[in-house]
Amino acid sequence: MTAELTRTAAIDVERVRKDFPILERTVGEGRPLVYLDSAASSQKPRQVIEAMSDYYAHHHSNVHRGVHALAEEATALYEGARDKVAAFINAPDRNEVIFTKNSSEALNLVASVLGWAGEPYGLGPGDRVVITQMEHHSNIVPWQLTTQRTGSELAWLGLTDDGRLDLSNLDEVVNEHTKVVSVVHVSNILGTVNPLEVIVRRAHDVGAVVVVDASQSAPHLPLDVQTLGADFVAFTGHKMLGPTGIGVLWGRAELLNELPPFLGGGEMVGVVNMEGSTYAPIPHKYEAGTMPIAEAVGLGAAVDYLTALGMDNVARHEHEIVSYALERLGAVDGLRIIGPTEPEQHGAAISFILSVEGLGEIHPHDVGQVLDEQGIAVRVGQHCARPVCVRYGIPATTRASFSVYTTRAEIDALVDGLEHVKRFFGA
Amino acid sequence: MKLESMYQEIILDHYRSPHHKGLRDGFGAEVHHINPTCGDEVTLRVHLDDESQGEQAIIKDVSYESQGCSISQASASVLTDLVIGKNVAEAFAVHEAFLELMQSKGEAQGDEDVLEDAVAFAGVSKFPARVKCALLSWMALKDATAQALARSTQKETEQ
Repeated sequence: MTAELTRTAAIDVERVRKDFPILERTVGEGRPLVYLDSAASSQKPRQVIEAMSDYYAHHHSNVHRGVHALAEEATALYEGARDKVAAFINAPDRNEVIFTKNSSEALNLVASVLGWAGEPYGLGPGDRVVITQMEHHSNIVPWQLTTQRTGSELAWLGLTDDGRLDLSNLDEVVNEHTKVVSVVHVSNILGTVNPLEVIVRRAHDVGAVVVVDASQSAPHLPLDVQTLGADFVAFTGHKMLGPTGIGVLWGRAELLNELPPFLGGGEMVGVVNMEGSTYAPIPHKYEAGTMPIAEAVGLGAAVDYLTALGMDNVARHEHEIVSYALERLGAVDGLRIIGPTEPEQHGAAISFILSVEGLGEIHPHDVGQVLDEQGIAVRVGQHCARPVCVRYGIPATTRASFSVYTTRAEIDALVDGLEHVKRFFGA
Repeated sequence: MKLESMYQEIILDHYRSPHHKGLRDGFGAEVHHINPTCGDEVTLRVHLDDESQGEQAIIKDVSYESQGCSISQASASVLTDLVIGKNVAEAFAVHEAFLELMQSKGEAQGDEDVLEDAVAFAGVSKFPARVKCALLSWMALKDATAQALARSTQKETEQ
């Protein structure tokens, strides 16, 4: 690979790639790894790996629980990670940053406590929750559970044929009975970047709480919760160069203070009596039990890494990669892109279906398997977004997704790989 | 090469031209099985000649509609070749042999006298993510046959 191919205007990809040890390995019969599955989980720079290992080697103890040196060091590192995340998303108050296991847990937290809450936030018969047809299952099922338990109603915004949200009936769907609107910022299957501003405005007009699933935007775009205007924002560490097992729920302090706790246990309490307990102030009210401390430290290091690159640069780099990929994939004979085909308002993931003469559509499983043989890692299946597949009448898709370390040469490798897939299955 | 060990020519032939495909009338039970991780789906019908014979009943027909990858499609096609005309006990024995082959992690070859074209799936057992594709229609067959037999027993009890 030449420097020309691996440098975009915004990022020196060659240098970035040196930070990711896994990108040096080969797969199968000595093939260099072409990792195009970052939307499922990104790879980790050595800065993150070292921060976690340094934490365990030199500073580990439980947090908020001791007066000894290690307890204080561990607490400072854990709370330091919260400060880094708060700055990363421009949170007005660091206590609004709640650590969770992942986005799913963050969304389950919000759905559960809104279901349990009393007036004015609580859900009951006659109330409505609005989601969209392009949600990840983790922003569908928690709301199904909550609406079923509370006897409230679940409604959703549909999709246009070109893979964007159908907002033509926004005012009817988000009606005056709507108490919650929960929507994905960037679709993990279609790559669509949603116009949140319009949705947030309508939701707030009817007095609804707005929840944003930012799992696929936090790693790729500058995320400013104050500009976004939502009430809750959920994202996960492992898709943004951080470790698994740590996610974030940001929520407005006045809501978090008012809503009931989620999980009960150590650390989330004030005074515990046998008859009942009082709860700790936020963020600890929502962090029961020993938290994933090393993972929080790792996420802090990931945030440092992204901040050093600059999220504007990350976004520019990925826009360039997505534009190039849309152009090259669009020119592959028999390839149909599922979702927007223009790079504008397009996130770092592209889904497609590949067909070959004599056979028709090659099932994504088979596409992925033959690509794997060439060292190319893509995701195949329904991407935890079955309603999207149903909407477009397809059983599954092949998805290529990108990150800070993705090169144009890797897009070329994918295109060559797809030609090989067609030769393999062609009649 | 590893990939060719999975995509045997026999498998690709069954995939391109599946046998006994399509849903036919006159069936004892119909089931719908899915593989939620990849979206493979099969609707499968079993027609037994005389359900009161229990495991001695002859499988007159297996018909199906399905969508999925080459492995799941070819497996359904091979299945119909293997079990149509056998009695239930014999078909279940073939199922057991196929299951054993699929769980062998690439160690077993499979008995060609029992499994016929299905021995071509031996290579699939090296790919854990694909084993369930190969087993989807077999699980559906077992389920549908059990339902057809249970329905007959139920009828007798009612009478």
